[in-house]
Amino acid sequence: MTSAVLRAQGLGKRYRRRWALSECTLDIPAGRVVGLVGPNGAGKTTLLHLATGLLQPTRGTIEVLGGRPAAGPAQLARVGFVAQDTPTYAGMTVDDHLRLGARLNPGWDAAMARDRIERLGLDPRQRAGKLSGGERAQLALTLAIAKKPELLILDEPLASLDPLARREFLQGLMEATVDQGLSVVLSSHLVADLERVCDYLIVLVASRVQVAGEVEQLLATHHLLTGPRRDLATLPAGQQVISASHTDRQTTLTVRVGTPILDPAWTVSPVGLEDLVLAYMSRTTKADRKPLLEVQR
Amino acid sequence: MIEFHLDARSGVAPYLQLIHQVRQALRLGLLRQGDQLPTVKDVVGRLAINPNTVLKAYKRLEYEGLVAARPGIGTFVTSSLTDGSLGALGPLRRDLQRWLGKARRTGLDDESIEALFLNTFRSGSEEVEDIA
Repeated sequence: MTSAVLRAQGLGKRYRRRWALSECTLDIPAGRVVGLVGPNGAGKTTLLHLATGLLQPTRGTIEVLGGRPAAGPAQLARVGFVAQDTPTYAGMTVDDHLRLGARLNPGWDAAMARDRIERLGLDPRQRAGKLSGGERAQLALTLAIAKKPELLILDEPLASLDPLARREFLQGLMEATVDQGLSVVLSSHLVADLERVCDYLIVLVASRVQVAGEVEQLLATHHLLTGPRRDLATLPAGQQVISASHTDRQTTLTVRVGTPILDPAWTVSPVGLEDLVLAYMSRTTKADRKPLLEVQR
Repeated sequence: MIEFHLDARSGVAPYLQLIHQVRQALRLGLLRQGDQLPTVKDVVGRLAINPNTVLKAYKRLEYEGLVAARPGIGTFVTSSLTDGSLGALGPLRRDLQRWLGKARRTGLDDESIEALFLNTFRSGSEEVEDIA
């Protein structure tokens, strides 16, 4: 058995002449809540669709829970997927959805699904098309967790929700991870949405993984340095510069290092998750101007 | 039972905020020996945070000897931080309220009062260290 929930090696996907994802190499341990962050069009959905088996790779390999995505009924039962905008069938009632879920999934937990719908205060006879955005998202989440997957993949589940519905959705999702020992991968173009729930982060920009790792590790190894203006060529070899800006007197850097910074010329401050992501973003966006990451709601 | 809250803008790591709130509740006598802390599921269901954040805070509190986990049941308070001084809190609070009233009457706003208090508090604790 493998403990990796998702493993990719040189993974790439090309649509006609454009590479939507290239040279993606990942090794994500089980039991994490993984945030996949990047601007719209960065390749997040492509990566998630490769992980669910909805797409086939053009290059490289991808393994999910030790198996090939969508390799057969057993593999399909182990992975739950909530597609973008948490889709439901507008013409079907809440109850119809639960019955459909029971028919399609061998490991369906009917009691849990009903209990969740009841606690959410949803009317089982209501058509999904009449539900609010938040309620529809909760219905989609209920279907995905009632099939009792080991890994739950969610593509931008929060994008169309208001702040209260976002909070309620994440509360339900985190409860499910405790109850079922789920691993979760969820994508968002908003770092702030994921900050509280994720313990593993992947930053994907312009079809490439910029950085991936445990959040705690990332925060511990990235620093903001400010000091007198300095030529970057004079920095010690172990300091990887993620972003740099200069005035005529001052230099401000975001660096990634494995060891403490001893140079007394620098004022060292911690970097928040949002700033860290933005530093990686601006590094790529300078090369080719893609839409910027949204930080504000 | 206490209820946790998080200040996202404080810059303090969420697990440290949880630890701080437990210690604070112990000091104020809101939590006593034998009391149960909210379960991990309760906390994540309320705050929408990663379960590992809660586990990390509880482990740290356990390491400090303030709480103990009983597998399958929950996490319980095993020690107090009040060391019998709880009875003194009421009179001290009243003194502080009187002092606050006096400060307001002299025209200080909340920010100035807070600054004065923190400043005095810091220089006060330095003096104590100097004496020690």
